[in-house]
Amino acid sequence: MEYEEAKQLIVDGLTKKQKVKSKFYFNDLAKIIDMKPREAKKLINQLVQEGVLEYWSSGSTSMYGLKGTGKQAHAEHED
Amino acid sequence: MKHEIPMLDQLESGPWPSFVSDLKQEAERRAKNPDNIEYQIPVDVVEDILGVLELSFKHGRTHWKHGGIVGVFGYGGGVIGRYCDQPEMFPGVAHFHTMRIAQPGGKFYTTEHLRRITDLWDFRGSGITNMHGSTGDIIFLGTTTKQLEEIFYELTHNIGQDLGGSGSNLRTPADCIGQARCEYACYDTQDLCYDLTMEYQDELHRPAFPYKFKFKFDGCPNGCVASIARADMSFIGTWKDDIKIDQEAVQAYIGGEFVPNAGAHSGRDWGAFDIQKEVIDLCPTECMWMDGKELKIDNRECTRCMHCINVMPRALRIGDERGLSIFAGAKAPILDGAQLGSLIVPFIKAEAPYTEIKENVIEPIWDWWMEEGKNRERLGELMKRQGLQKLLEMANFEPDPRMVQEPRTNPYIFWKEEEVEGGWERDINEFRKHHQR
Repeated sequence: MEYEEAKQLIVDGLTKKQKVKSKFYFNDLAKIIDMKPREAKKLINQLVQEGVLEYWSSGSTSMYGLKGTGKQAHAEHED
Repeated sequence: MKHEIPMLDQLESGPWPSFVSDLKQEAERRAKNPDNIEYQIPVDVVEDILGVLELSFKHGRTHWKHGGIVGVFGYGGGVIGRYCDQPEMFPGVAHFHTMRIAQPGGKFYTTEHLRRITDLWDFRGSGITNMHGSTGDIIFLGTTTKQLEEIFYELTHNIGQDLGGSGSNLRTPADCIGQARCEYACYDTQDLCYDLTMEYQDELHRPAFPYKFKFKFDGCPNGCVASIARADMSFIGTWKDDIKIDQEAVQAYIGGEFVPNAGAHSGRDWGAFDIQKEVIDLCPTECMWMDGKELKIDNRECTRCMHCINVMPRALRIGDERGLSIFAGAKAPILDGAQLGSLIVPFIKAEAPYTEIKENVIEPIWDWWMEEGKNRERLGELMKRQGLQKLLEMANFEPDPRMVQEPRTNPYIFWKEEEVEGGWERDINEFRKHHQR
């Protein structure tokens, strides 16, 4: 899958669910682009590098979200 | 002190050491600032940490929020966002992020190195550290978002340190002191630990696992880093051939010329050394005996528990055909209780560049866990859910009797069609010749 195609799928997929949740597990993203985790990782990393996605971490678990979405950024003055 | 902290004061009355006393001392030092440090985060950060902790004790609940989006560019781990939910009362800890700094292998570092990292932390953080966290990392407790990249730059460019792992990542691999100082080490723990750390940088810094994953390396079955209890994949040194015996030294122990346990339990008088009581009778497989003045070991029965070697290190030594065993699935008791690692590779040579360990063990297991593991499911839980058999199949390992803890506890054997002669299909007419409908 091309990078742009994957990006569109992920942005659309995550935007659709924004009302319910803003943070997603890695496997949710891999499912959206229908790829095995190892292959999906390269594309998802690139999306983080480009600033489309951002990491969220509780310390024990990591999740991904569209950059700047959800309560976190504003509530913690990180936007 | 900025806040009244009667409950914390009371804690100081317990036995030494006291983290409250340590924090008070640090708060005072920051206030006086004898080294003229240009503090980059609030001076009263330590006073506020004491204040917020006292408030949590009073309310019986935490005043920290859960997690955050902060990190350094390109890394998904190593920084854990922490924010206080009472920022007006405790402005010094409104942002109080944790940074995990990868510990040097075997936790060897010079005092000069330690000074450099703590100086950096005094300057750009709270000055509070945890040496070392459970994963082994050097933990920097408490800084603000603005300082994160600055600290990361200084660590990586000038101090030669990287951040460790946190979140759904490979965590900072941890090892025992190994061959650097220990004659029991059956392989070079430091080399394997460093090699895998460098090989799996992507897994360490960019989270894509279902949950955390830990490698730990013990040079021998004494298990100084307790890898069998703590690591999703544990590497424990072992040997295949015979324990080497120096019969003269055995006699020297018996005669009292050498102190047993290298003097480790010499704090009180245990009486004269009794080889029968203290070594032979304690052997878990009863594979030792005295034949006149000679100590004998039936090495086929030895499970390398290390007890005899620990008691008489000058008389008994590990064998020469050395390597390691690999265990998978250990974890702490969040779900289903604590689990020890299960043996998946009884013996493998540990020789650089460790290709067999990487390609035949680690990577197939990761592939399986990444695809089949549920969110927040540890490898040990997946092994329990799908069975050790499934792991062996995915990693292409041959089942081995040494992987069985207790034989004959499960009467069911599940065969696959290809394992049964003739498969599931049968000739019904042939069957009916002998069996009526």
